[in-house]
Amino acid sequence: MKKLLLGNEAVARGLYEAGVRVVSSYPGTPSTEITEAAAKYDELFCEWAPNEKVAAEVASGAAIGGARAFCAMKHVGLNVAADPLFTMSYIGVNAGMVLAVADDPGMHSSQNEQDSRNYAKAAKLPMLEPSDSRECKEYTKLAYELSEKFDTPVMLRLCTRVAHSRSIVECEEREELPVKPYEKAPQKNVMLPAFAKEKHPMVERRLQELAAWAETSGINRVEDNGAAVSVITSGISYQYVKEAMGDQVNYLKLGMVYPLSESQIRAFAEKAETLYVVEELDDFLETYCRSLGLKVIGKERFPRCGEFSQKLVRKLLAGEELPSLSVEEKLPPRPPVMCCGCPHRGLFYALKREKVYVSGDIGCYTLGASAPLGAMDTCICMGASVSALHGYNKARGPEAEQKSVAVIGDSTFIHSGITSLIDIAYNRSNSVVIILDNSITGMTGHQQNPTTGYNIKGDPAAAVDLEALCRAVGIGRIRVVDPYDLKAVSAALKEELQAEEPSVIISRRPCALLKYVKHAAPLRVKEESCVGCKACLGVGCPAISMQNGKAAIDATQCVGCGVCTSLCAKKAIG
Amino acid sequence: MNEGKSVIIVGVGGQGTLLASRILGNAMMNEGYDVKVSEVHGMSQRGGSVVTYVRWGKEVASPVIETGEADVVLAFEQLEAARFLPYLKLGGTMVTNTQCISPMPVVTGAAQYPRELLTEMEKLGVNLFAVDALSLAEQAGSVKAVNVVLLGAMAKQMDVEKEIWLRAVENSVPERFLELNRKAFELGYQSGY
Repeated sequence: MKKLLLGNEAVARGLYEAGVRVVSSYPGTPSTEITEAAAKYDELFCEWAPNEKVAAEVASGAAIGGARAFCAMKHVGLNVAADPLFTMSYIGVNAGMVLAVADDPGMHSSQNEQDSRNYAKAAKLPMLEPSDSRECKEYTKLAYELSEKFDTPVMLRLCTRVAHSRSIVECEEREELPVKPYEKAPQKNVMLPAFAKEKHPMVERRLQELAAWAETSGINRVEDNGAAVSVITSGISYQYVKEAMGDQVNYLKLGMVYPLSESQIRAFAEKAETLYVVEELDDFLETYCRSLGLKVIGKERFPRCGEFSQKLVRKLLAGEELPSLSVEEKLPPRPPVMCCGCPHRGLFYALKREKVYVSGDIGCYTLGASAPLGAMDTCICMGASVSALHGYNKARGPEAEQKSVAVIGDSTFIHSGITSLIDIAYNRSNSVVIILDNSITGMTGHQQNPTTGYNIKGDPAAAVDLEALCRAVGIGRIRVVDPYDLKAVSAALKEELQAEEPSVIISRRPCALLKYVKHAAPLRVKEESCVGCKACLGVGCPAISMQNGKAAIDATQCVGCGVCTSLCAKKAIG
Repeated sequence: MNEGKSVIIVGVGGQGTLLASRILGNAMMNEGYDVKVSEVHGMSQRGGSVVTYVRWGKEVASPVIETGEADVVLAFEQLEAARFLPYLKLGGTMVTNTQCISPMPVVTGAAQYPRELLTEMEKLGVNLFAVDALSLAEQAGSVKAVNVVLLGAMAKQMDVEKEIWLRAVENSVPERFLELNRKAFELGYQSGY
C-alpha cells in the first residue's frame, strides 16, 4: 500500500517491517516523530527515555539481549549519547542495533549546526544517509542486515528536510523475528582494557570490510549522463542537485557516507572532467577525496554554514537565478512567541521585573530571551542552566547569588538538570533554580516524560516527585508557585534570592495547549478605563495589541489567563 | 496527467497550514503523481511565520520550493503573502486570506503593519485572489475551518476536478467535522472570481 509519509514516519515503518522489538528515544526536533510513529505499532516496545544516553544504552542492552533495537535523537542529543556509542562500536551487537540521528542544517530548531557524520568516523561506525522517505524505510531495513552481518551498531543520518518531508512509500509486511539466544561472552561484551585491546583491531578490520561491501552492494549509485561535470553527493544535497541540474551532470550518490569506498570514488573521479563535491555543513566527503589526492571543487564554492537548496546549487553550479517579484515596503519579521496563556509568560515577566541574571536552558521557555520579555542571559545546552549558574555564582560571589537564577523545564531537568542540582547542593552555592513544570515536553510537540505520570502510549506510569527529588539531593528550601499569580511569583523570587542556602522554586501550571486544560472566558478591555499606557504589552502576549490608542484583546486567541489583568493599574482588563 | 505544480502554503503558527498541505499532498498522490510535502515543526511553530511546500509531478526531487519557483502561493495571512511573494513564479497565482495578524514587533510598537500590501501586489501585476476566509469559515460553522475555505478558493484556480479535492478533504478530517469542512470548502470554492 502506498502512503505519503514523513521521512521520520518512514523510518518507523522500516523499524516495524524489520521486526524491531525495542525502541528508546528522547524527543528532539527534527527526530521526534520517528519514535511517536513507532509507538503506534503494538508489536514494538517503545519508550521515552530520560535522555539520549539512557536511550542508546537501552537499545544496546536490547541488542545484546537478542532483539533488534533502535534509538533516535537530534544531532545535539548524539553528544549526550556519545559515551555508550563509542564503546558499543567495540562490543558490536547480537541482534541488530540502529541509531538514527537527525541533523538540523539551517538551525530551524537547534542551538548549533554540528555535522553528525563526524561521529560515524570518530566512533568507527557505518553511517547510511537516505535522501527521501522511500530511502528512509529501505535504509532502515538495510541497516539491520548490515548490523548483524558486520556485528556493529549502524548509524542512520537524517536532516530536517528529509525527516520532515513527506514522499511516497510502499508499505510492506513485518518480518517477525524471534529473540536470538543470549550467550555469555565477556570477551565480546565486557570492555575491560584487556578485552578492548583485542577488539580495537577488529573494529578497524570491520571498517575495511564495510567499505568493500559498499563498493559492490549498490548502496552507492553512479548516474552517468555523459556530462562534462560530475558531482559526488549524498542525502538531501543529492535531491537539490537533481532538481537544479537534472541530467546535465553525472552523479555519484552515496547512500553510505562512512566508511567510503576508495576504488569507487577513484573510478568515478577518473572519468570526470570537472568534479564537484556537494555536501551541506562540513567538508566530510571532500576531505576524504582530497586525502586520495583527487582534484575536487567543494567548500571553496559551496558554504559550510546553513541549508542548501536547488536555488543555491543552480547559482553555484550553473550561474543561473530565477526572476521574482517583491513588495517595496519593509516587512516586519514574525518571530515565534510564547502562546496565549503560556505559563512561562508570567514567570519571565517577574524575572524581567526583578532584573536578575537568568541562566537559561532548552525548551519553549528559551523564547523568554526575545522581546519584550528579554529575560535570559545564557542558553548553552540541555541542563546547562543549573550547572552554569553554579559556575557563574562561584565566579562572582555572594552579591551575584542574590541577583541570579536558573530556569529549566520539567523534561530538561530530568534529562540532565538533576546532576547539576546535586552539584549545587554538594558544592554549595546559594543558587536559585526555577523548575518550569508545565506537565509536558512542550517544544517538541507534547511528549510525555517521567514527571507527567504517563508513558509514550498514554498509559499511567510512575511520576517523579520533583519536590521529594530536590529534597533528596540535599536542597533544603523548596517551594511551589503558580506562574499566573504574579504577586506570589515575585514574593517567592525575592525571598529565595535573599536566602543563605540553595533553593528550588517550582513554577507549576500545565501547558495551555494541553487538551485537558480548561480555558477561562476571553478577557476584554474596558475602553472607558484604558488610558493607553501599554503596560499590558510588556508581557508579550500575541492576543493583546493597541487599536486607536487603547489596548485591545483578540477574543479568538485569549484564553483568560489573567496575567495582563494584574498589570493594569486602571483595572481596565477583566 | 497534467504537468506538475509547486504550491507554497504560508501562514502563522496555529492557523492549520500543516493540515492543508497534507490534504493537498494526499489528493495529488491519489491522482497518481509523485508528491513531496515539506513541513516545519518545532520552535518556529509557536506563533511564528510558518511555511510548507507541496510539489507534485512525474518525478519530484527537491522537497522545498525556492524563490521564483511556486506556481501558487496560498497565504493564510496578508503579511505572510507579501513575505512569500518572491517565491512566486512570474505569472504564478497568489491566493490570500485578507486576515491580518500582527506579529510581535507590531504588537510592541517596534514596527508598523504595512496597510497597502494587497494593492501593492496588484500593482506589481500579480494574479491575486483575496478571500475573507475568516468570515466564510465562521459562516461554515467554525473559525478553525479557515484552512479548508482557503483550499477551496485555491482549488477553483487549478485545473483539478472538484470531486478529487472534496475526497481528499473527506479523507483528512475526522467524521464529526465532515459536514463543516465540506461546507467550508464549498464556500471557499464559490468565493468569487
